[in-house]
Amino acid sequence: MLLEVEGLCVNYGRIEAIRDITFSVEQGSVVTLIGANGAGKTTTLKTLSGLRKVRAGSVRFQGRDVTHMASHERVPLGISQSPEGRRIFPGMSVVENLDMGAYARADRAKTRSADLERVFGLFPRLLERRDQAAGTMSGGEQQMLAIGRALMSHPTLLLLDEPSMGLAPKLIQQIFSIIKEIREQGTTILLVEQNAAQALKIADSAYILETGEIVRTGTGRELAADDSVRAAYLGGDV
Amino acid sequence: MSFLIDNFVELTVTGLVLGAVYGLVALGYTLVYGVLQLINFAHSEVWMFGSFAAVWVTVALGVAPGSALPIVIGVLLLALLAAMTVSGGVALLLERVAYRRLIRLDAPKLVALISAIGASFALAELMGLRDRVAGWLGLRDTLDPYVRSARDNTRFRNPLETEGVFSVGGYTVTNVDIIIIVSAILMMVALDQFIRRTRTGRGIRAVAQDSEAAALMGVNRNRVIRATFLVGGIMAGAAALLYLMRFGVTRWNAGFLLGVKAFTAAVLGGIGNVRGALLGGFVLGLAENYGSALIGSEWRDVVAFLLLVVILLFRPTGLLGESLGRARA
Ligand SMILES: Nc1ncnc2c1ncn2[C@@H]1O[C@H](COP(=O)(O)OP(=O)(O)O)[C@@H](O)[C@H]1O
Ligand SMILES: [Mg+2]
Repeated sequence: MLLEVEGLCVNYGRIEAIRDITFSVEQGSVVTLIGANGAGKTTTLKTLSGLRKVRAGSVRFQGRDVTHMASHERVPLGISQSPEGRRIFPGMSVVENLDMGAYARADRAKTRSADLERVFGLFPRLLERRDQAAGTMSGGEQQMLAIGRALMSHPTLLLLDEPSMGLAPKLIQQIFSIIKEIREQGTTILLVEQNAAQALKIADSAYILETGEIVRTGTGRELAADDSVRAAYLGGDV
Repeated sequence: MSFLIDNFVELTVTGLVLGAVYGLVALGYTLVYGVLQLINFAHSEVWMFGSFAAVWVTVALGVAPGSALPIVIGVLLLALLAAMTVSGGVALLLERVAYRRLIRLDAPKLVALISAIGASFALAELMGLRDRVAGWLGLRDTLDPYVRSARDNTRFRNPLETEGVFSVGGYTVTNVDIIIIVSAILMMVALDQFIRRTRTGRGIRAVAQDSEAAALMGVNRNRVIRATFLVGGIMAGAAALLYLMRFGVTRWNAGFLLGVKAFTAAVLGGIGNVRGALLGGFVLGLAENYGSALIGSEWRDVVAFLLLVVILLFRPTGLLGESLGRARA
């Protein structure tokens, strides 16, 4: 297993944002974590990146215990994240943002042009905007930049937090097809989504979070076909 | 009015000289604010310690004014190095003692500010009581030239003699004027390039814009914070020597007023904005000089702080507005 999460508990003060969650991510797969607003999806991803303190439980990455490792040390190990709300650096240009993505890599200068080429290949739009201040771009472009930036560190595991949030349907399709393409290039993906229909379609396995706990597990196909899941998360039909 | 017009060139040049010092000290406030949104109140003492380091080097070397030029340059460079090292060291110490724990605990900014005010008084008094400290260590006599009259003005014997270089409008611009203004501009350019081009500099910008996102890029926030304090301290050390070359005295509590003025310059230029710091310094230095020429030099500090109030009321983001993070390459 690439990532093993066991009995993880994270609090905000006395609020238990996630309680005793256990799940794993297999190398080369797309795993999705779906659930309503406030279920604890973002907290889970932040904790995997080391931005939130673990109260109990453990996180193992490539067999190594990273539960209490500082966030900046996880990036060189191969954990990268495109966070909720994109969080691009608004005052930096597109290229500067991408360079920030490679910040943790010792050999970034050597692979820079190939890395940029790869990102521009996935997102040709970013090439057109190369020198534009990232804060002045549209939501969709910023999302592409956030994903591209996360790829610049050559992640083994890419964490994506609601990449489709606030995007037009056509753009959502495009983002999901790019997620598939990234997986085909060999990166494992843990995808957090409220757009459950799309997420289940591309996921090898899926977990449903409700108020901080995992309530259902299955393959993407199983959950997508399940009546109760459809009723609760897919608005009746896929 | 006629005094202002008759002395316009002199007021302008000395205003720029003063402003260069304000600007370099303002950098420390602006950098730390950009990264931590915290006013490092004790930065004034970082400058003050640097000024004493510079004085002590000249006392130790005992070079009389009028020595051969290579010696003069050597002494000044040593004094600069000492001031930058001591100021940088005090800044790092401040970060370690007064802030680090509070930052880790994510304490309210007000708590950190109070801690900084405490550290500022402690550092100033430590310098003002340095004769006693030397006494406890049994070094009162050995260190006499460095610690005597600890609560009075301490003079800096500038090994470089002030000389006129050229005259305009009835004022003779001196070598010291030129050195100060040019050094301040050069240091500002160097810092600007450091922040834009180097890896640490990009880390500083990233933390200033979004510290959580920076952590996701692998930026070590604590390292960036230390680098910020260090760089701000080094700039304050340079400012200390330049100040002494022109104004000639320092004092255990001289940091206070200069610090508040430099902070005003930082706000004036747009706090968090590196280029704004120097601009704010120049504007403040000129405003002080012109203002005191118009209404009397005893109003100098009133002019400076009135300017601060007006800026805060009408343009709280300062002249250049944008923050350290937002600054475009
Ligand atoms: N910074 C915070 N402070 C306090 N509570 C928070 C914070 N962030 C999230 N929470 C709470 O934790 C729970 C999980 O939130 P989150 O992980 O953002 O959910 P999701 O991403 O699934 O919408 C929610 O009840 C939310 O209110
Ligand atoms: Mg969320």
